[in-house]
Amino acid sequence: MSVIAPANRVYLARKRRNALMLAVSSLALAFGLFWLVWIIFTLLYEGGAALARVALYTQMTPPPGADGGLANAIAGSLVMVTVGTLLGTPVGILAGTFLAEYGRGSWLASATRFLNDVLLSAPSIVIGLFVYSVYVAKVGHFSGWAGSIALALLVIPVVVRTTDDMLKLVPGSLREAAAALGCPTWKMITSVTYRAARTGILTGVLLAVARISGETAPLLFTSLNNQFWSADMNAPMANLPVVIFQFAMSPYEDWHRLAWGGAALITIAVLALNIVARALFKKND
Amino acid sequence: METLPAAASARIRAPIPRDNEAAAPDAAINATPKLQVRDLNFYYGGYHALKSITMDIPEKKVTAYIGPSGCGKSTLLRTFNRMFSLYPEQRAEGEIIMDGENLLTSKQDVSLIRAKIGMVFQKATPFPMSIYDNIAFGVRLFERLVRGEMDERVEWALKRAALWPEVKDKLNQSGNSLSGGQQQRLCIARSIAIKPEVILLDEPCSALDPISTAKIEELINELKHDYTVVIVTHNMQQAARVSDYTAYMYLGEMIEFDATDKIFIKPANKQTEDYITGRFG
Amino acid sequence: MSVMTLPTTANNTIEESMEISRRGPTPPRVRPAKWMDVAFEWLTRSFAFLVFSILAAILVSLAIGSAMTLEKYGFNFIWSSDWDPVQEKFGALVPIFGTLVTSIIAMVIGVPVSFGIALFLTELSPAWLKRPLGTAIELLAAIPSIIYGMWGLFVFVPLFQSYIQPLIIGSLGGIPLVGALFQGPPIGIGMMTAGLILSIMVIPFITAVMRDVFELVPPMLKESAYGLGASTWEVVWKVVLPYTKIGVVGGIMLGLGRALGETMAVTFVIGNAHRLSTSLMAPGNSIASALANEFTEAVGDLYFSALIELGLILFLITSIVLALSKFLLMRLSRQEGTRT
Repeated sequence: MSVIAPANRVYLARKRRNALMLAVSSLALAFGLFWLVWIIFTLLYEGGAALARVALYTQMTPPPGADGGLANAIAGSLVMVTVGTLLGTPVGILAGTFLAEYGRGSWLASATRFLNDVLLSAPSIVIGLFVYSVYVAKVGHFSGWAGSIALALLVIPVVVRTTDDMLKLVPGSLREAAAALGCPTWKMITSVTYRAARTGILTGVLLAVARISGETAPLLFTSLNNQFWSADMNAPMANLPVVIFQFAMSPYEDWHRLAWGGAALITIAVLALNIVARALFKKND
Repeated sequence: METLPAAASARIRAPIPRDNEAAAPDAAINATPKLQVRDLNFYYGGYHALKSITMDIPEKKVTAYIGPSGCGKSTLLRTFNRMFSLYPEQRAEGEIIMDGENLLTSKQDVSLIRAKIGMVFQKATPFPMSIYDNIAFGVRLFERLVRGEMDERVEWALKRAALWPEVKDKLNQSGNSLSGGQQQRLCIARSIAIKPEVILLDEPCSALDPISTAKIEELINELKHDYTVVIVTHNMQQAARVSDYTAYMYLGEMIEFDATDKIFIKPANKQTEDYITGRFG
Repeated sequence: MSVMTLPTTANNTIEESMEISRRGPTPPRVRPAKWMDVAFEWLTRSFAFLVFSILAAILVSLAIGSAMTLEKYGFNFIWSSDWDPVQEKFGALVPIFGTLVTSIIAMVIGVPVSFGIALFLTELSPAWLKRPLGTAIELLAAIPSIIYGMWGLFVFVPLFQSYIQPLIIGSLGGIPLVGALFQGPPIGIGMMTAGLILSIMVIPFITAVMRDVFELVPPMLKESAYGLGASTWEVVWKVVLPYTKIGVVGGIMLGLGRALGETMAVTFVIGNAHRLSTSLMAPGNSIASALANEFTEAVGDLYFSALIELGLILFLITSIVLALSKFLLMRLSRQEGTRT
């Protein structure tokens, strides 16, 4: 006689419950994926047509009701993302270096790590408000610089976190080997440890860039927007996210089309950056 | 806590004889000490890891430390080049005298001390750079050499480490592209390149296959003509093969130190004998 | 007899001189600059301090900026549902209410779905699907929120308004008590819509965090449960969840923190109405959307101060939620010996 009786009522109930829960779980997957696939599809469908038009990349943002392109917004976004990254990355790397290399037992290191993670998920609109209060309000006008600073404040926590994690992964034996040769600490960090972790740190920077490329809220009160082409960092600067926001909320069809085009452009850029960052990181393994 | 019988302690802690005539009856040993350890105590935080170690490391000879895991041999090795200074919770008290100066309290920059006392670790750690740069890295820390001179130095170091024929055509490739045994010889070459006086080897062959191990043991035999070599090994046969002097340690104490032949054939201490014959550990 | 200490000699023998030349003379060594070490450490320390102080700086600047309304209203600001820029009467109740309500809706829908997906990813998924699915989830979490907002406004709202809302209002609106939540004209936009869009946005994020947390469970623990004959569901419910519950709560709070601070996904569809209503179908406002819509057009110091105080309140709420979540996640990973 077998020990386990298949017809046992408890067993059947357990089996049913298991099947039910797993079905529910699969349903959840389908539910979640359904919406997300629909969104991507809509984006490609609505934005695809706009992306194919050359005018999108060559003409400026048009006045209400007219047709045009997103050239100045694209340029402005590229500039502010670049400047923001250039401002935030060194700060992030150096701070992350302190946490990983000098931070043993330091209260500053533990507190900074904790607060950095809080900053990482803080509402980006509050960051925009902060930059407005301390910079824009003081100088009296919106500017590309203000937008870049706001973006830099979003880059910093990402880079700090990844630099800290990546430097920690460098084996202690490598550091000791350098020290055994008589290498001073600063040189050990810059010549050996950074080199060993460089792929990981670069990945972190790419992820930070991907993050700020899509951010709208921090730019709303810092760089504002600019209908025309402007290379002046000290004046309001056009940028894709705010343009999309304004155009989408408007009643004009032409503007809606441009908004979709811009949205598709940003999404493709963000996804591409993420994929490159992941591929880079995996290759390093 | 193990305490040594009084006679043994007296022997171990004999004062430095001031003239040659006061040498030991065993006149086969005739070596000057390169490093003199006097009453060395070492602490990991509150843990007393090395207890009153006193011994001499003879110059231009190979000295081996053997003993069961955790006996403190690696710890002792790492006091010689002040490696423990990297970690705030580790500290050493006592004297380690080289060229008349106590390394532990020396005002000299620790980098210069480490330039004189090189170290090779258990796991080969090539830097993430080319083979050439790996060797040149240490040299560049201290000397300004022109390209030609640096090339010479790199070649010299790789030859002394018996690695030159295998890498001479691929000096620009990453250090990681070498096999385990080659990487370890690269690390040895790296240490030699800055022309130290002492080379410390911390279980250098434990991660290597027997053939690579044999090559490195051959190398050690060569190296002792120019450098004072101290090697930590858990492999007693290796200690017997390569070393001139062997020290047996247990639980942070130096139990016995003598010429290798004597230790392995006729150890004076029963504990040493037990370890060597495999009765424990 | 052997000695531990050896006799010293004064001169080199000829042999020794020859050996020195083999090794070569000891090279002249340049002493490395000590100040570089100090300077570098000081440099990294000061930037770490900079990062440390950013959060405090934000708090201080927001507090200063909202000084006017803080002084004028004190704590009543939080309870007042006034919002009249013309007459200069302000109160934070409507935006706070909207922020909380939309976030709660997002969590109520998003957390179970995320849990289901994370469960699928860690236990049910065939090996060939695990990696691509996991990557897909992470990529979806990276999509900028403005996309969700746009899709919500142009695609979701019309459908919601035409088909789903009348259904909900018709069926649930009639129920006594609870029905009050679902009454009102189907206008498409509103707090419910915003909550739904927010939930879709938050799902990939919470899923990723939950999956990371679930993967911290030692495989041996799960295997011992499976080995006793437990079903997949039982292993998850009785072994994985209890083991990771601190981390799961931490992950949920992380998602909540994100939802509370989210601007673009909500602003498009919440309706920007400063009216308090009992129905979820009605338009409302969240702190972030109020700021996004009104800040650039605000006139008058009191208006500005009111808006900044809204920002301060949001900052405080999210900081507390995030600090708590971080603390919980740390507790879990310390239990594991790894870092979250």
